[in-house]
Amino acid sequence: MEGFCCCNKKSFYSFKPRLLSLNLKISGNSKLIFALVVFLTMGFFLISTVEANEFENTLKDLGNKSRSKIKLAVKALGNMGNPAAIPVMEALKEKRLRISDNDSLIILNEAKDKGYDALTGQPVELGSLNLRKPRINNAVRRLLSTAIGKLKLFSDDPEIRLSAARDLLKRSSNNLVELIEKALKKETEDEIRNLFLLVLAKEGLNSDDKSKRLQSIKTITTLGNNDFKTILEEVLEKNEEDEFLEKDSEIRDAASNAIAKIEKRQFVKNQAANLFYGLSLGSILLLAALGLAITFGLMGVINMAHGEMLMLGAYLTFVVQNLFKEYLPGYFELYLIAAIPVSFLGSALVGIILERGIIRHLYGRPLETLLATWGISLILIQTIRLVFGAQNVEVANPSYLSGGVEVMNGIVFPYSRIAIIIFVVGVVISIWMLLQKTSLGLQVRAVTQNREMASCMGISTYKVDMYTFGLGSGVAGLGGLALSQIGNVGPELGQLYIVDSFMVVVLGGVGNIAGTVAGALSLGIFNKFLEPVAGAVLGKIIVLVLIIVVIQKRPQGLFSLKGRMVDN
Amino acid sequence: MIKQIIKLHSLKGWLFTFSLLGIAIILLPLLNIFAPENSFLHIPDYMFSLFGKYLCYALVALAIDLIWGYTGVLSLGHGVFFSLGGYAMGMYLMRSIGKEGVYKSELPDFMIFLDWKELPWYWWGFDSFIFTFFVILIMPGLFAFIFGYFAFKSRIKGVYFAIITQAMTYALMLLFFRNNTGFGGNNGLTDFKKILGYSLQEPSTKMSLYILTAIVLFIFYVVARFVVQSKFGRVLTAIRDSENRVMFSGYNTLNYKLAIWTISAFICGIAGALYVPQVGIVNPSEMQPSNSIEMAIWVAVGGRGTLSGALVGAGLVNGAKSWFTVAAPDYWLYFLGILFIVVTLFFPKGFVGIFSRLRIKRKGNQNG
Amino acid sequence: MDSSGAHVKDDLIDTRHGCILYIEEVTVSFDGFKALNDLNLFVDDGELLCIIGPNGAGKTTMMDVVTGKTRPDEGTVFFGQNLDLTQMTEFEISHAGIGRKFQKPTVFLNHTVFENLELALHTNKGIWQSLTKTLNGKQREIIEEGLETIGLKNQKNLRAGLLSHGQKQWLEIGMLLAQDPRLLLIDEPVAGMTHQETEHTAELLKSLAGKHSVVVVEHEMDFIRSIANRVLVLHEGHVLAEGKMEEVQNNPKVIEVYLGS
Repeated sequence: MEGFCCCNKKSFYSFKPRLLSLNLKISGNSKLIFALVVFLTMGFFLISTVEANEFENTLKDLGNKSRSKIKLAVKALGNMGNPAAIPVMEALKEKRLRISDNDSLIILNEAKDKGYDALTGQPVELGSLNLRKPRINNAVRRLLSTAIGKLKLFSDDPEIRLSAARDLLKRSSNNLVELIEKALKKETEDEIRNLFLLVLAKEGLNSDDKSKRLQSIKTITTLGNNDFKTILEEVLEKNEEDEFLEKDSEIRDAASNAIAKIEKRQFVKNQAANLFYGLSLGSILLLAALGLAITFGLMGVINMAHGEMLMLGAYLTFVVQNLFKEYLPGYFELYLIAAIPVSFLGSALVGIILERGIIRHLYGRPLETLLATWGISLILIQTIRLVFGAQNVEVANPSYLSGGVEVMNGIVFPYSRIAIIIFVVGVVISIWMLLQKTSLGLQVRAVTQNREMASCMGISTYKVDMYTFGLGSGVAGLGGLALSQIGNVGPELGQLYIVDSFMVVVLGGVGNIAGTVAGALSLGIFNKFLEPVAGAVLGKIIVLVLIIVVIQKRPQGLFSLKGRMVDN
Repeated sequence: MIKQIIKLHSLKGWLFTFSLLGIAIILLPLLNIFAPENSFLHIPDYMFSLFGKYLCYALVALAIDLIWGYTGVLSLGHGVFFSLGGYAMGMYLMRSIGKEGVYKSELPDFMIFLDWKELPWYWWGFDSFIFTFFVILIMPGLFAFIFGYFAFKSRIKGVYFAIITQAMTYALMLLFFRNNTGFGGNNGLTDFKKILGYSLQEPSTKMSLYILTAIVLFIFYVVARFVVQSKFGRVLTAIRDSENRVMFSGYNTLNYKLAIWTISAFICGIAGALYVPQVGIVNPSEMQPSNSIEMAIWVAVGGRGTLSGALVGAGLVNGAKSWFTVAAPDYWLYFLGILFIVVTLFFPKGFVGIFSRLRIKRKGNQNG
Repeated sequence: MDSSGAHVKDDLIDTRHGCILYIEEVTVSFDGFKALNDLNLFVDDGELLCIIGPNGAGKTTMMDVVTGKTRPDEGTVFFGQNLDLTQMTEFEISHAGIGRKFQKPTVFLNHTVFENLELALHTNKGIWQSLTKTLNGKQREIIEEGLETIGLKNQKNLRAGLLSHGQKQWLEIGMLLAQDPRLLLIDEPVAGMTHQETEHTAELLKSLAGKHSVVVVEHEMDFIRSIANRVLVLHEGHVLAEGKMEEVQNNPKVIEVYLGS
């Protein structure tokens, strides 16, 4: 996560590869191929047999032994405008196309262990066939790029055009300029238009025509993102004699102006992204720490197994997901909703068992409780390892949580994270209501303030302890559910969060929900703003050190009120 | 002062202590050298590294007992002091490799791997054993002193202190994991060849290290005994039981806690330095929070607030660990977890507590 | 009780004006609640002063301020004329000669009665001294004497945790005396004591006055009546009334506070 930058989706998703394959809008490739295969089969019903035959024959020429025939076929396919040719041409380009003895074209998957017939879409048994590789060279590949680009740029599907435009931005496309200009004229969607304009501007920078270059810079100034900085910086480069390579000062000024604009825009974007990811991290920390704050505040009990309650919640979500997959595949999408009560009650139940069985015998001995609960956490971790294995398990996002909303050009807020923030707000409000508005809450608050007095007033403290501990653990379970949607689920999940959640509680002040909220959010946001500056690890260390310093100054927590200290 | 030291044990107690030392540093090596290979009395070479490791752990337990068992300050960060001592020794051992490393360079291999051209300044001096020796003596204690000064001064105690120390070790672990920190990152320091010119592979070197560890442990046992039997020790237990009263009785408890905290870290650092050449590696996982908590459980198992308890506990738990990791690796964590729970729930005085309770019972039976 | 040879700082306290403790305009607030509100209180050198007041009147907070446990938001606290207590730490204040007995008896439960007194004993309390010095004959004598005064001679090798509640109270008083302070702050000394023990305590406190200055906070009116010379009533963090016991008892303001509005 070091040096992580939000404008670049690839890098954002790279640390969660799981999302890649699920996210149609962004990664597309595999689904695209699938969609096109469907398209292809449907195509046979729609186009006339003559055309179909012509198309088919040209397509078959891609597997011709003569390289010049291949070239001709590629060009022809590019001009025919039938998108069904795209997967075949891509396969050819990526060396995944094979020709069988009876001249049918076989497209292999990326691992090259499965294949299907390019025309019929039927899977074929690779082992039984004698396959030949078509011979292509760089010239063919160039032609292929152009033809594929052409087909994509003029595709009827805006998704395909969009991804094609994005692809164009990443590489040089000077041989496609005319094509893009044509496509731009036809294009109606703003987003794609802007991308086309940028692609053209990028090429236009190298033009000999000054006004064209200035125009290009202007386009980049308004539309370009960080990726254009290097291109613009090239314009400002100097040679060894400290002279500008670019002689024209007007162009240089325009370029440096553009860099400043882009940087400013990027800065705003980054801050917005930092804020969002900080909030997201903070809300997760909050879920992790909230239960801890409740149990710690109420009973003065440090529950080292609290992290494992998170882990249990995540695994319960996993189990519910699998049950749905097995028994209710039609309602699979709803598994997450069903997992909410399950993870809450499951973790709460385990929490209550621990409280009744072990922790209550240690009241008044906080350090011993700390050690005993650590022992519990070891047992829970090992149990999960033995049952589910030591590897991470897969928890899939339901479709309504995959993808994200693009708030600004280049910044995507994933739905899963947005949902978690909303979820956390809901949980905090419910807990607050529970503590403030119900009789159980009243009892909890009474016991927190003065256990003996509450006991004298006829409050059954042991029941209150039990329920509170259950509540705290249940909330942690919900935290686990939330975590399962954005991160890996493994036996050590809890260990990752336990130190952080303690820091939140310590920072926020013990037994103080408002403090916990403030502590978690500020910690999360602070962390994310620090990360780009200091790097993830160093950022974390700085945060820890700062917390240690804060506690020096305010042992009662940063966000809690100053009270008469009761000790002895 | 000598009188005071002699009075630390009864005659019987001293005899017992010395005979244990004798067994450790004379009898066992003799059995290794003179007992025939196939005799059950023979102690194979590799056992000495294992014993040496246990003795280092015992030293750690002693250090933790002083600060936790006697003073009531639970530290979950002693792995840091252990590691600092270990890393200092490791740096010396790295420098001792000289040009015998994989890349045949003066620089340690991992630096070559990172494409570093010269030694960072904080590695300077570690080619000298004397320098390293002083770093081992000073660094862990100094670090503990600074940390402790701020923590104790702001009156952080109890579970708060425990958590802060855990955060400390966590932060340092992260720091040492970074390649750029310059301590070998993830892999730490390893592939040592020589110490003071002697090959670390030689059984005789291993045995010498083991004997040295035993002697150091004995010395610190006596020192610790001296500390806890003095009025200083009584003040420490008084702080554990009622710090306010101690303060209102005119003791600067900050100084007392800081002193024992620093001594404890000092001992721990030495243990780490003795540990590293015997196991041949030091890496950031020594600073994992779980490691430090495990150290605390050694003391709890043996019996808090008794020095013998700490030593026994370290031996018992680590002996069990060695057995489990071979015989039933899946169940080691279960055993450890249950140990944590059972000891805190049922045997707050640990093994030594059970033992002395039995003795009292027997005496009572005889009298009755 | 005689002080040991190792006097520390005793003679530094300037009591030429007859006063040993000056609490002036002290205010302490916790989250807006004023535990002490512009409190003015003076203790004469050698007097026995009793402080009464309903719960929450600020008695314990007053002691916390004097012993350095709580820092006042405003005001000054001087020990003699020259020691500013607000600038000193707990142990420095103790060294300067102020001893405190807590409401709940706090003794070292895992130490023997003898060790408890040894720890309290007025001597150099630095680390190095504690580590190397053992008790000398004179110091043992003082401890033995103290054991006699508090009537725990036979229990001297018993763990303090095994003592009865009353005995713990006594042990704590004994520890205070071993500290040899100039000023003793005693919070509810007879809580949980039998009638006889209470009487004994009254005797002891009275005998201490003169040589030491004693401030007693107590609820037990009979006990106060039996020892008090001057009585001070605290209410809502400041002094409501002061004077002889009878005067105070008949003060209409005091009656109102105690009997409710």
